[in-house]
Order: sequence, then structure tokens, then C-alpha cells
Amino acid sequence: MSHIEIRDVSLVYDTPAGQVPGVQGVSLDMRESEFLCLLGPSGCGKSTLLNIVAGFLTPTSGEIRIGGKAVNGHGTDRGVVFQDFAQLFPWRTALGNVAFGLEMKGIPKEERDEIAFNQLKLVKLEKFVKSYPHHLSGGMQQRVAIARALAYNPSVLLMDEPFAALDAMTRDAMQRLLADVWRETRKTIIYVTHNVAEAVYLADRVIVMTPHPGKVKAEVVIDLPRPRDPLSVEFLDCQKQLLAHLGETHQVS
Amino acid sequence: MTGSSDRVRSIRRATVTILVAALCYEAIARSGYFPAVLVPTIPKIAAALWRSLLDGTMLIHAGFTLYRVLFGFSLAIVFGVPLGIMMARYRPVQNFVLPLASALMPVPSLAWVPIFILWFGLGNTVSILVVFYAATFPILLNTWSGVRSVNPLWLRAAGAMGADENSLFWKVIIPGASPFIITGMRQAFLRAWIAVVGAEMIAASDWGLGWTIFDAKEFLNADVMIAALVVIGCIGFLFERLVFGSLEKATVMRWGMVKAVKS
Repeated sequence: MSHIEIRDVSLVYDTPAGQVPGVQGVSLDMRESEFLCLLGPSGCGKSTLLNIVAGFLTPTSGEIRIGGKAVNGHGTDRGVVFQDFAQLFPWRTALGNVAFGLEMKGIPKEERDEIAFNQLKLVKLEKFVKSYPHHLSGGMQQRVAIARALAYNPSVLLMDEPFAALDAMTRDAMQRLLADVWRETRKTIIYVTHNVAEAVYLADRVIVMTPHPGKVKAEVVIDLPRPRDPLSVEFLDCQKQLLAHLGETHQVS
Repeated sequence: MTGSSDRVRSIRRATVTILVAALCYEAIARSGYFPAVLVPTIPKIAAALWRSLLDGTMLIHAGFTLYRVLFGFSLAIVFGVPLGIMMARYRPVQNFVLPLASALMPVPSLAWVPIFILWFGLGNTVSILVVFYAATFPILLNTWSGVRSVNPLWLRAAGAMGADENSLFWKVIIPGASPFIITGMRQAFLRAWIAVVGAEMIAASDWGLGWTIFDAKEFLNADVMIAALVVIGCIGFLFERLVFGSLEKATVMRWGMVKAVKS
């Protein structure tokens, strides 16, 4: 059985200029522990689709099921990581941020601090447990955000271009770290990006989307052994393949 | 860290300013152009202050004034913060309160004193109400802006982590709006402190710093009047710096939500 089923999901935005289709007729199936990338240019509806899965937006039509249960609003079966560093609570330490979801579940303080500490260790921040977000670099803040989204043990992790605002070197390191975290936690991940190399590095499967309206254009399975070598011929072939799909998109629009 | 040397420097600068101002005053007092009774020299003021501190009267006056200001100020927090949050969260509340606040805000708090005296008689009630009136608006409006400026991403993230309305309120909205709320409290205290002294002049009997000034006027005790002014200034300054300064340092500055002012 699929872990996530997206059935013919559409969303129409009501704007002053009239109705604008954001996402149109998207259907997807994801198996447990799959790493899926939504790839496309800006405005292709990939973030909108992610927000629908997260439950922040309600689709105009269609249905989403996670573990067989219909999605209705946000829920703790999904963890969310945003692009903006400011997603962390500045008034809480790294540990306090990560423990927030556990606190909401009513888990006693000692236990949740222990779980939160282990999550921070997973993203290699055990030395910064007591730091406030403004003392952490952008990459560290995003790692805290990942730990925070994982702490209450959701089965699905939704990531909206989490590394897009980082410099290239930090981004590479973060991608390696995320690949490790995924291998260890075996979460089902939906990852939104506009970066082709990032998608090839991380994903089991890449969904290429096209804008106006946001639709699925192509689906590419990345069947490379991990850890992946971004300089290998096969890696570059995958990138070429995706770029070809994206290139056609640009001609259309 | 240059924090401590910065501090020493700013204290030194403040001391120089006060010394120069005091010297100017002393020169005028001793110039002989004005009657010595009306413009007492600093040693005379210091003596009056010392006397009133020793026999405890100044402390009791200050105690009464502080009681009134803190009572009214606490009422303003208890009333203003929740109402400000409700205004920001629920449009009907905002639509109802905002015109009322706009209409009432420009009325000086002291203008209410005579009518309050008619309603409540002389005494603590009037001063406390005037303080409440003066302190409420800065707290209300700053809280309102603060809640509206809470990053929506925090609300989303908290919601995704399973926060209910109650947790959202206490664990996200209040701390998220705290830079504004603390600023509001700071402004409110200053206004409250100004209002209480004025109210006491008209409405208090027997005790209070404002009343001291007004009472001393009857006996031409300019030294006592100025001594009371000094006490008023010092207490206001101490609250501003120590109470609100440390509150900021322990919260919003520590969280990096407000930057420290370079001195």
C-alpha cells in the first residue's frame, strides 16, 4: 500500500485579477521511506502542492491520504521545514525549539529534553543545545529546524527549499547531512527544490512540474547507488535528463 | 567584550552632565538675583532631603506614590495586554475598540481628575484610576501591533507541531510579541509616573510625592519641593533602567529580537 496517495488534486487561487489555477490535477503515489523531489521553476505550484500536503492549504478538489487516512488540516503525522531561517522561535534555545512538538504532545520535560538532545545529535548540533537561534549560522538554524520537525516522530517530512538560502558550500554539506538523516530515520520525504543537482543527489524519484497551471510534466526515477557522486557520468546523465524536461517547459511557457 | 568599559564610560558621561547642570543651578541660586527662599541652594535641598529621609516621611510618601502607580500599572497590564491580543486576533474586537481608543487617547489623563473626584472622592482610587488610564493606551496599542507583527511562520510551525489555541497564545504569540509588549510597558510606566504625581497634587490627601510638592508650596518650602522632585526623578529613572532595562536584557535582547543600543 502506498504511504502517501495524492488523487487528482487541484487548487485554484482567488486573486483580484480572477481565478488563477495553482495546481492542476496532480496525482502521485509514494511508498514508505521514499525520498521524492518536486522540481520545477518558480510558479510551477511545487510549494503549493507541498502546502496542501502539509494541510496549510485546502485543495479545491481532489484528495490526499497519508497512511490511508484523509488529510484534513495540519497534523503531527507530518513534520515541516521551511526555507526561511526565521521559522525557529527566537525565544527558545535550540533544545527548546526541538522539544516544542513533544511539549505539545504532553511528554514530561526530562523525556522530551532527552529526545530533543538526540535529535540535535542526529544533525550534529549537540554542542549548541543551549544556544539561541540568533547565535547560530543559517545552516545550523536549518539543522535545528530539521531536528525540530523530526523530534515528535512524524512519518512524513515535508521540506520547502530548506537549503535554498544557504551558500553553495554549506548547501552541499547540508545535502550530505540530510541524506544521512534520511538513511537513519527512514522517513517518507517530499522535498521541494528548483535545483537540479540537489534533486539528483537526494531523490529516489523526481517529479518535474510545469507552471501555468502547475502540473506534473515528467517523472524520473534516480536509480543511482548512495552515497552519490555528483561528478560521476551517471549523475550528470540524470541531470541532463531532468534539464531536458525543464527545457521543454521553458519553451512552452 | 567591551560591555563593562562601555558601561563605565556611559556612567561617567551621565555624571558629567548632571554635575554641570547642578553647578549652573548652584550659580544661579547663589547669584542673589532671586530670593533664597524660592531658589534654595543645593546644600539646603540636600539637607531637606536628608531630613525627610531620616524621619521616614519621604519614604512613606514615595511608598504611597509607588503603591498607586504600581496598582494602576498592573491593572493596565492585566487589562491592556489581553485586550490588545484580542484586537489583533479578532476583527470585531478591533473594530469596536480602535475608535474608542482613538477618541479617548488624546484626552490627558489629568483632565479626568476632577470628575473622578466627584465620582470616587479624594484618595487612592482617583490616583490609581488616572494611572490606569494613562498606562493602558501604550500597552494596548503596542500589544496590538506586536501580535500583528508575529511572524506567521511561527504560527504555522507551531500548528504543524500540534499546538492548540491555548499553547499558541502562551508559547508563541506572547513571546513573539514581547518586544512590542515590553516597549509598551516602558512607555506606559513613564506616562503612569507622570500621571500619578499630577493626580496626587489634586486628589491625594496627606501622603504621596505629588501631594508633598503641593503641600510644601503652602509653606513656601521650596527646598522640600525640589527634594521631592529629585526623589520623583530618581525613582522614575531607576524603574526605567533597572526594572525595564533588566527585563529587556533577560528576554528580548537575549533572544536577539531587539538589538542593544550602543552607548
